[in-house]
Amino acid sequence: MAKRFDVRQQNGFVTIAMVCFFLLYLPIGTLVVFAFNDNESLAIWKGFSLRWFHVAWNNTLVIESSIRSFQIAAVAAILATITATMAALATTRTKPYRGLTFKYAFINQPLMVPEIVTAVALLIVFSRIKIWTGYSGLGYLIAAHTAFCIPFAYLPIRARLESMDLSLETAAADLYAGKWQAFRHVTLPLLWPGILAGLMLAFVVSLDDVVITEFVKSGGQDTLPTFMLGQIRRGVTPEINAISTVFLVLSIGIVTAFFFFSRKRT
Amino acid sequence: MTAMRPAVEAKGVTRVFQGTGQDAVRALDNVSVSIRENEFFTLLGPSGCGKTTLLRLIAGFDFPSAGEILLYGQDIAPLPPFKRPVNTVFQSYALFPHMTVAENIGFGLKMLGKPKAEIEARVDAMLTLVHMQKLKSRRTSQISGGQQQRVALARALAPQPKVLLLDEPLSALDYKLRKEMQIELKRLQHETGITFIFVTHDQEEALTMSDRIAVMSSGKILQVGTPWDIYDHPAQRFVADFIGETNFLDGTVEGAADGKARVTLRSGARILATTTSDFRPGSQATLMVRPEHARLVKAAGDLSGTVETVVYFGTDTHIHIRLADGGPFIVRQQNSRCAGCGFEAGDKVGIQIGDAAAQMLKD
Amino acid sequence: MATAKEIADKAERNDIRSRWLLSAPALLIVFLAALGPLLIVVVYSFLTPGNYGDVKWQFSTDAWVSVLLQRDAFDDTLSFASAHLSIFWRSVSLSAMTTILTLILGFPTAYFIATRPEHRRDIWLFLITIPFWTNLLIRTFAMQEVLRNDGLINWLLQLLRITDHPIQLMYTNFAVLLGMVYVFLPLMVLPLYASMEKIDFRLIEAGYDLYATRFQVLRRIIVPLVAPGIVAGSILVFIPSLGAYVTPRVLGGGTNLMIGNLIELQFGQGRNWPLGAALSITLMAIVMVALLFYVRNMTRSDGSHG
Repeated sequence: MAKRFDVRQQNGFVTIAMVCFFLLYLPIGTLVVFAFNDNESLAIWKGFSLRWFHVAWNNTLVIESSIRSFQIAAVAAILATITATMAALATTRTKPYRGLTFKYAFINQPLMVPEIVTAVALLIVFSRIKIWTGYSGLGYLIAAHTAFCIPFAYLPIRARLESMDLSLETAAADLYAGKWQAFRHVTLPLLWPGILAGLMLAFVVSLDDVVITEFVKSGGQDTLPTFMLGQIRRGVTPEINAISTVFLVLSIGIVTAFFFFSRKRT
Repeated sequence: MTAMRPAVEAKGVTRVFQGTGQDAVRALDNVSVSIRENEFFTLLGPSGCGKTTLLRLIAGFDFPSAGEILLYGQDIAPLPPFKRPVNTVFQSYALFPHMTVAENIGFGLKMLGKPKAEIEARVDAMLTLVHMQKLKSRRTSQISGGQQQRVALARALAPQPKVLLLDEPLSALDYKLRKEMQIELKRLQHETGITFIFVTHDQEEALTMSDRIAVMSSGKILQVGTPWDIYDHPAQRFVADFIGETNFLDGTVEGAADGKARVTLRSGARILATTTSDFRPGSQATLMVRPEHARLVKAAGDLSGTVETVVYFGTDTHIHIRLADGGPFIVRQQNSRCAGCGFEAGDKVGIQIGDAAAQMLKD
Repeated sequence: MATAKEIADKAERNDIRSRWLLSAPALLIVFLAALGPLLIVVVYSFLTPGNYGDVKWQFSTDAWVSVLLQRDAFDDTLSFASAHLSIFWRSVSLSAMTTILTLILGFPTAYFIATRPEHRRDIWLFLITIPFWTNLLIRTFAMQEVLRNDGLINWLLQLLRITDHPIQLMYTNFAVLLGMVYVFLPLMVLPLYASMEKIDFRLIEAGYDLYATRFQVLRRIIVPLVAPGIVAGSILVFIPSLGAYVTPRVLGGGTNLMIGNLIELQFGQGRNWPLGAALSITLMAIVMVALLFYVRNMTRSDGSHG
């Protein structure tokens, strides 16, 4: 039989796509493989070993910056999610009012400005505040992370709200639920997947941040990414590979959870 | 019908869709049909019967698992859709949203590399043909459903295909517009002399427009014939049931000859029926009687029963009867303005079946 | 007594007021820790650099002048600051090339995903999303593993005996370009996929039916239909490329700077905060122009289709 003509196919597209997927995973794959290399150098494979994971585990700087990363990410993600949820409730399911577009633009502003510009701006402002107040704790990092996490938390929550049936709340009101009761028993349970998605996104985004953290942090406030950036500059051992691998597994875990979670709900 | 040369021929065409796991679907099962040149040919059947699949095989969007499709005697299997002199009017029209009406109509000619002047002239001619001159530079999203339908038609006709495929093109239109377009399509087919292969699930549409109809069910063609053949002489129970309203009666064959058979009904009445195949005396058979071919009488008749409901339709009245043996029967009577000739629920009535009214069916 | 209209108006005013209250915390945080500081950057760009970083509160336009021009140390004449210009040019051209390369790679990839059976698409999308959510630094570092003198590419080249000594790939424009393509590819694929997923494939069938070849269908039907996705993807890649900081820093070394690194330099060794501020605003201005172009393009294509 003659070769079939597939209307969906385009010449060479499958090949390019496969190359693309291969190239996307080749560098990460290499990185992970060499994390298990029993050698000082990154280049020559000497055999399987977990020693670089031990080295990283016993490096107090690594552990400290990891803990700091998680602290900042947890606090920032929770703050961002709460405020973003409130903002999402305030900006959806309403007829347009004065200031609505302004709010959209305002909340999404951190997405539109290059990170380096925000970083520089925060450096300028926070350095002055540090001099004025004498406070130089984690508050600055948390504030900065919360601000750029807000749009990431806001987007899925808003999307969820907009796809929600408005008549449900009307029905609740019809059944004698007050405003708060309707929110508590109808809106919030339905909104929950969106909130969780927003929280996870915000958490990952905060965990991944390098640029803003690099500019805002005071001495001794390295997060894991800024610690790694410093290490890469200095020259690398497979210890960085080991840390990256752990980080990678963690990110993949969160994204996978997010993926299956959102999939089940739709 | 000028020539009897087949324009499209399907020979033993089978199309199996591999589902997930074990369940494969035979969308077409060994289908053979021959469609003549300049003919308005309709593929009629319920959804899922394989009619659209057959159309897509002819267009080249899909390929048979077995068998071959010939276009003027040539096997078109190796030809991709853009090399087949066949055009399609899609069910949802599939007009290009990023082009104007005129650009849509001219698209095929442009792809064929025709000179600009020729394309323009042809587009104008097509716009005139479908009465759309005024809207030529509109976007396709800015015109109504009926107008989109006309553009789709003009677009498919513009390259002057040998065969035009129409996939339920009228199903999205409202009733009045559909009636108009039926006549319009008939006119276009007549004027262009192109072979039309029309897919529909609407039996009325099929009967009014077609030169010939193929009735399909579960991937098979059950009967091919003129609208008259299909309606009055259905070969099978499915065909009779799918097209128009029908009464079915069970009976025993007593003797058959020359396309006629004498049958004893369950009620004991003996009537004469036409038949398309041979039945041995003594065998069981199903008879079909169209509601308008039976007559209701106050007494006597071939069958007896009780009127259950009377439904008034303006031009005629449908009278639903419960037969003495328990089965249902519908009689359709032309209305007249005579007061005393009506029937009411509860009336005991007789049903008369004329000599040519009953048809024996294969199951 | 209040009329029905007055009651309705009052309810609406209350509703809007409570909506402002609800959104206040988010707006406040964004203002304090993102938008507000940007305004202060504008102020800083008109001040005089301090001796040890920071600024002196003295009005000056020097920072803005030196964005593009430089003053000769001896005769005080102005000439174009070729160092800055070459960095601007590198930033714009590398970003443009990154955008084009990600489009060339991403378009077929997105199309591939969009043409898989529905239940498989999620898996392919998932495979695109994983690198997207993997730390940018880790991905850049992974690219370094590939590009180093003793990295994967050089190892392969030597294995195949194409070269007998390692080729210098790191710390070149090529390395930065490759790194950015790698890092930003998912940002191109995702919006492209989103618009390809919506393609009505009957339009493509109609194209073939009307004698268009594969390439003509691609050019005349698929590309125009997904144009909004192409614009969205290009903007999403171009803007962060322009502001890229980590990738050029790790893969470009100290020599192949982009605007982001130049800005950082002013706050570090350069100790010229006003210049850094002026450069930041310049970068933002370029980004805003790109965004405006995007918004105009979007509204135009919306108008023509709806």
